[in-house]
Amino acid sequence: MSYLELTNVQKLFGATVAVESFNLAAEKGEFVSFLGPSGCGKTTTLRMIAGFEQPTSGQIVINGQDVTYMAPNRRNVGMVFQSYALFPNMSVADNVGFGLKVRKRSKDDIRKRVGELLEIVNLPDKGNRYPYQLSGGQQQRVALARALAFEPQVLLLDEPLSALDAKIRVALRHEIRSIQRQLGITTVYVTHDQEEALSLSDRVVVMSEGRMEQVGTPFEIYNFPSTAFVASFVGTLNVLPGVVTDAANGALTISGQRVRIARAFEGNLGREVSVALRPEMVSLGADPAGGENHVTGKVTDVSFLGSIVRIRVSLSEGGPTVILDEFNEPTLHLPELGETATITFPADGPLVLDAKAPLDSVEALIAEA
Amino acid sequence: MTQTPFGMRTPGALESVEASARPTRTRPRGLSRSRVASWLIFAAGIFYFFLPLVATLLFSLRLQPLGQAYANVLERDPRFVSSLVYSGLIGLATIVISILLIVPTAYWVRLRVPRARPYVEFITLLPFVIPPVILVFSLLRAFSGPPFQLSGSHEGLNVLVVCAYVILSYPYMYRAVDSGLRAIDVRTLTEAAQSMGAGWGRILWSVILPNLRVALISGAFLTLAIVIGEYTIASFLVRPAFGPYLALLGRDKAFEPAAVTIISFGVTWLAMGLIAFLGRGSRQNVQLTGGR
Repeated sequence: MSYLELTNVQKLFGATVAVESFNLAAEKGEFVSFLGPSGCGKTTTLRMIAGFEQPTSGQIVINGQDVTYMAPNRRNVGMVFQSYALFPNMSVADNVGFGLKVRKRSKDDIRKRVGELLEIVNLPDKGNRYPYQLSGGQQQRVALARALAFEPQVLLLDEPLSALDAKIRVALRHEIRSIQRQLGITTVYVTHDQEEALSLSDRVVVMSEGRMEQVGTPFEIYNFPSTAFVASFVGTLNVLPGVVTDAANGALTISGQRVRIARAFEGNLGREVSVALRPEMVSLGADPAGGENHVTGKVTDVSFLGSIVRIRVSLSEGGPTVILDEFNEPTLHLPELGETATITFPADGPLVLDAKAPLDSVEALIAEA
Repeated sequence: MTQTPFGMRTPGALESVEASARPTRTRPRGLSRSRVASWLIFAAGIFYFFLPLVATLLFSLRLQPLGQAYANVLERDPRFVSSLVYSGLIGLATIVISILLIVPTAYWVRLRVPRARPYVEFITLLPFVIPPVILVFSLLRAFSGPPFQLSGSHEGLNVLVVCAYVILSYPYMYRAVDSGLRAIDVRTLTEAAQSMGAGWGRILWSVILPNLRVALISGAFLTLAIVIGEYTIASFLVRPAFGPYLALLGRDKAFEPAAVTIISFGVTWLAMGLIAFLGRGSRQNVQLTGGR
């Protein structure tokens, strides 16, 4: 039996289905992220694990104990909130020691444990400060220490980094992962930030409209999305209209330009399809090393995104635009806006989706693969 | 780097570049004119509020020798101190009962039944609508016979007067507490405490009440001010309170009521100073009452 199990968990708010048929089995020490857009049910699911919401149906088991209808204060589950939720009237040490005080531990025990936790979160000298005297990142560290102090069975984090600026967010997420590994605590992390979910987790649950779209390792989620939603939500995806010319040989046209796709697809001559292609599969230039497919278009945009440069190439006037990413290297030759450019991608790069029902067909194609 | 059928050769994760838009500061035109207007309005307000006070002070000092009216009240009239102490004690009892009733109610409404807020707010307005004389007659009728006969003894009447004052101070205390609760994230703080194993009692005592300190102090002093100045209920229930004493004094003497008014005013200012003193260091805004 897994350490944390959610079986057929469903949550209704009136007639609205917030979460449906949610099933998850997480092992002890595993780091699982719930990833999805706002309103997809990820926080509701987390709140059901914490006990702040009761499932309409289904079962939640932690370490073999059914906690489905157990009060939150009896679950031994630590939670970190987006807004930190530190008690403003208490010092950092009192905040961290609150859970231990509730459990009637001795003062010496509390002092020792608080000291340990503050060391772990790199705030050893901040015990006497009050929350308003700390920065956002420090407050969230205190919140993490507080949630870990009483040695909970499961640690829940509800978008803990959303309120922080980008640099602190990246630094703190590494700290969270490192502390989680160090303590070996089963962790559920809610986020809408795919980068966070992919970089932190052992497994990611991608959710949409209350449903689990896919559960898998970050590698599987990114590279083998099982639904079109996952493919489009995780990373950036080009979806281009194509027309089948010879399905048996993987040939089709995009904006009238011939393309070959290695992965099998069905369709009679002239059938309209959608072609899904990741930006990083596409290279600028006609270098054969980039793949066997070469198409041309006009450069419509060049954006610097730090380590990468994102280029948009329109394949025809008013037609589809291909987004491609290049490493931002000093030797990189950037095209001018309006310049005609050739782009290259391998035959095994794209996936063909049914034009009429593109959202359903990726799953079948992946299954075939 | 591994190449897979559907991705990963170069980093494809989104990175955003945030453009920071800095608001430009422009100096509003006619600032000096509006500032003059502000000072004029402020001066008119000061004049409006302080003129009667200054007049009362001057009148209270006209009894010779200087300060005799104050001496008469403070040194020669034991009823001043006794009525003030009585009203103070009744006020304290009112504050304690109000806090015990209103804090859990306002907390629960905000946490669990926010839809009930308009109804509760409507109820808080009732003491403004129902005159105290109706309230006191209702109390006397309800509690002058079994099973709860309270009007036959001093203790019973003291209980009745406290109950009546709890009702009278309800709008002020409720709004002060509600404003305090609005200033903190009640739901998240409660959930954070629950996740650490705290029950309702501990959450209220250790988390909610300390964060309502300023709101409670504000509500408490408003309640005290109402109780100390109240006349109708205390008079009908024949209580030796400060309100009836003031009325009696006004009927019999000329300069002493003015002196008592000034003393009461000083006590009120002292109380306000105490609010500021006890609320110092708190990051909550001190708000006496009303919504924001």
